[in-house]
Amino acid sequence: MAIDRAEAARIAELARLSLSPEELDRMAIQLSNVLEFAATLDQLSLGDEPLTVFAPPEAALRKDEPDGRTLDAETAVANAPEAEGGFFLVPPVVEDLEP
Amino acid sequence: MAWEAVIGLECHVQLKTRTKMFCGCPNRFGAEPNANVCPVCLGLPGALPRTNERALEYALRLGAALACEIAGESVFARKNYFYPDMPKNYQVSQYDRPLCVGGSLPIAVDGERHAVPLTRIHCEEDAGKSFHPERHGDRRLSRVDFNRAGVPLLELVTEPALRSPEACAAFLHALRRLVRWLGISDGDMEKGQLRCDANVSLRPAGATTLGTKTELKNLNTIKGVERGVAAEIERQRQLLAAGGRVTQATLLFDADRDRLAVMRSKEHAHDYRYFPEPDLPVLRASEARVAAVRAASPELPWAREARLRETFALPAYDAAVLTESRELSDYFEACVPSGHAKLASNWLMTEVLRVLKERDWSISDWSERVPAARFRGFLAKVAARELPGPVAKQVFSWLADEPGDAGALLERHGVKVASGEETLRPLVRAVIDEHPGPVAQVLAGEERTFGFLVGQVMKKSGGQAVPQEVQRLLREELAARARS
Amino acid sequence: MSATATWQRPARAIAADVRAGRLAPGDAAESGFDGPGARWEHDVHATLSTDAAARSRAAAKAPKEGRLAGVPVLLKDNLCTLDHPTTCGSRILGSWRSPYDATVVRRLREAGAVIVGKGNMDEFAMGSSTEFSAFGPTRNPFDLARVPGGSSGGPAAAVAYGLVPLALGSDTGGSVRQPAAFCGVLGLKPTYGRLSRYGLVAFGSSLDQVGIFARHVGDVAEAYVVLAGADPFDASMREGPAPDVSAWDAGVAGLRFGWPSNLWKDGVDEAIVDALERAAGALERAGATRVPFEFLPGAFSVATYYLLATAEASSNLARFDGVRYGHRAAADELSALYARTRGEGFGPEVRRRILLGTYALSAGYHDQFYAKAQRARTRIAREYAEAFARCDLLLMPTTPTPPFKLGEKTDDPLAMYLSDVFTIGANLAGIPGLSVPMGLASGLPVGVQLLGPADAEPVLLRAARALEAEGRVGDIPTGYEWEFTWPGKR
Repeated sequence: MAIDRAEAARIAELARLSLSPEELDRMAIQLSNVLEFAATLDQLSLGDEPLTVFAPPEAALRKDEPDGRTLDAETAVANAPEAEGGFFLVPPVVEDLEP
Repeated sequence: MAWEAVIGLECHVQLKTRTKMFCGCPNRFGAEPNANVCPVCLGLPGALPRTNERALEYALRLGAALACEIAGESVFARKNYFYPDMPKNYQVSQYDRPLCVGGSLPIAVDGERHAVPLTRIHCEEDAGKSFHPERHGDRRLSRVDFNRAGVPLLELVTEPALRSPEACAAFLHALRRLVRWLGISDGDMEKGQLRCDANVSLRPAGATTLGTKTELKNLNTIKGVERGVAAEIERQRQLLAAGGRVTQATLLFDADRDRLAVMRSKEHAHDYRYFPEPDLPVLRASEARVAAVRAASPELPWAREARLRETFALPAYDAAVLTESRELSDYFEACVPSGHAKLASNWLMTEVLRVLKERDWSISDWSERVPAARFRGFLAKVAARELPGPVAKQVFSWLADEPGDAGALLERHGVKVASGEETLRPLVRAVIDEHPGPVAQVLAGEERTFGFLVGQVMKKSGGQAVPQEVQRLLREELAARARS
Repeated sequence: MSATATWQRPARAIAADVRAGRLAPGDAAESGFDGPGARWEHDVHATLSTDAAARSRAAAKAPKEGRLAGVPVLLKDNLCTLDHPTTCGSRILGSWRSPYDATVVRRLREAGAVIVGKGNMDEFAMGSSTEFSAFGPTRNPFDLARVPGGSSGGPAAAVAYGLVPLALGSDTGGSVRQPAAFCGVLGLKPTYGRLSRYGLVAFGSSLDQVGIFARHVGDVAEAYVVLAGADPFDASMREGPAPDVSAWDAGVAGLRFGWPSNLWKDGVDEAIVDALERAAGALERAGATRVPFEFLPGAFSVATYYLLATAEASSNLARFDGVRYGHRAAADELSALYARTRGEGFGPEVRRRILLGTYALSAGYHDQFYAKAQRARTRIAREYAEAFARCDLLLMPTTPTPPFKLGEKTDDPLAMYLSDVFTIGANLAGIPGLSVPMGLASGLPVGVQLLGPADAEPVLLRAARALEAEGRVGDIPTGYEWEFTWPGKR
């Protein structure tokens, strides 16, 4: 299971990680090794094994009521890298339209 | 070559629970930015979701009403993608195992009834809101508000079973009516409480395979959906007629310019990397819970529509208008005087709805002041011809603002209704005496002049006589004169 | 033995004295920082944020009643706290201040504990040595050239050298048990869902548990009582009341312990095997019965874990994007904002795991990796369940080796991952695991691991107690009051 640089770049894009070409190459090799190791799972016959799903018997749902955790607006943006007028600020969010 | 449009709709219904889907923040429209957020819906490190019971309840109500197959166990899944209005950069939604599958929504298009089959309904959370970029000094920045992040949504997907823009509009009307009827959402598209994307493709009429579909987004009103879908059908039709091929694309509808704009196709489509949400257990809808929801299901709007047509012999139009809301149709049934359904319907549809619009009232605002029983009393008098046309309109105009029945209102306003033989017969006789010429004409067979005589009696009575009574007495008196 | 200093005393003893008014709430904290802290913290670097002012504020606010009155506690820096920064050992959180306390933190405070600061860790709990902290490694107090283990290296070391008697870490694949073994202290990973994860910055959501470090079994039990139990803010918690651990001193007569010796036939250091034999002997002398059998090799667990944990992590760490908190890279454009913030803010191990997890989930590979690992996990959980049909607990190694040297494994991720071979299974199966110190071998701590079925904490603590009471091994006495002799080699 070899991952090449192009594949590593594709995954990095999906994960929104910027990596230098050297890092991409190094990651590609390291990931390939780990994935090869992961293939040891093929030695277990798992055909009929169900996927693990979390299912407490009577999972209690939350009542539709306030739970005291709502922050005041000032606190909400207090840690913002950039904020104004109570809003978070980010670089332009545009729909990518063809003219 | 005749082309058939094949349309599927993907709708989102915002539920009107008190709090958000996975946390206790208020589910409230129009607050100060970022005033309704907490660690959970702001996506802070370490925060965890907990499912809102009422959101499940509302989802089950919709699933039951649409005759869906409801899963006793369904699974929340993470839909992973990066966007500034996404606090966690994944949305908690449902994927492989949704809450509901199948089902259908009955609609009527051009008088014909169809059941639009559904693919699925599932629960998910809403994202925050980001705004168009604005100037900030020498930079351009977008603002983001997370108040809406985490609000409960139901995603409802239809089979590609719709065939026209009108059918799409009818579907949305029916869905909006239903979610309001069930009390689970206000369904206001302008407020984003009901949203709709459309998938549109064409195929040769009669074909069974599907053509390439495009996705339409930003359809913000029912009219917008209708026009956007129509525009896309036309665009594809022209393209195909010219021998071209439809390519998959996402298009945004610009309602102001009535135009579709193609979104720049991304190099790689979204890979959402769905996997079951590890922070939430399986969503259980026990048989007992589902049975309770089904048992508590109200008479559904289309069923009531049919019943009003049958039981009250109302035309389809009336039944449709009256069942626009559950409250309105409840009111109708409560205020109908026996045997006078059409009368009641007319008064509700024209006069009452007009008042609601003028005063920006709901039917509940009206019925607080004019309880159904009181209105029934009024309608009964109108039906019995005790209130002639103009008088009835006057009394109606006082109903919402003043107490008392028709009689009390008339008295308070000093309006007398001339009715009863004792009052009217002398007036009729007087008119006959005063207008020998016209009387002779009528007796000679000229019907038109009869109306003149009726008018004269009305004038003499001060315009408050019941016309039918006047006519009856006039005919009697004229007949009596004719014999003498 | 000279009179014991406050910092040497068990948490329970400190709490009893504070409740009785014999000790002020801040005394134990100051004792730890003025004594061993002043001498060794500079070299060991167990803490990330701690200052005298914060400590005295915390002491002033601490209720004098409570099971942990006046007990100083260090928290791994992935637990959200109101009064200290929370960095998760990473640069990406910048100088973020959490607006809320994690549930376990709140419970500690309500019980009178004095939160003295945050402990160093591998970035986002990804690592087995604390060498991947963005703020420099923690060193093993027993040999400063060696690692304390990870990812909860800071809290483990702090307890080991006496800075605090009690610390909290988190364990996703062994991150409490392994550093406990490397540092010669007790480390408990509770049953999945018994301690609230609300406020624990998520790494592998279905695997993470807050864990407890202490030098005495009774202290682990005390902390467990304070922390365990339902939390309305965590939906993944286990149903029913948490198990009752008050009888931790009840002995092991009649208990059966599994002995899966096939697991350490190869690849496990002699010192560890020796510790296992000593532990088995002690348990048998205390009345327990050894049940030998063969068990599924841990390599399958490692493979399964590194697909599932990284998949969950790749999603959990997506929220660190520079939009709402933490570090933000300079960028005029959204995609650059994300990529640069994350590229700059995350260290290489975190980036590696995010990539691996993203890959395992991505279209076309999902079934091959993620789904297959989910099936393997079910199988592994079943293997443990079958084992516990035959015994009440399992005795096995915590680690294959004593603590390794700094820098020894940082270039070989796979080698680092394989050192978790004995601990990972418990996280996959959701069962509790307790690492128990078994003295020193050539001056380095060695530990053994006790595993039990879900909610077997009481049994594990009883067995650990039997090993604790076994007595002195070399220079390190175990038991209630002990004098810590500091070998501190460079």
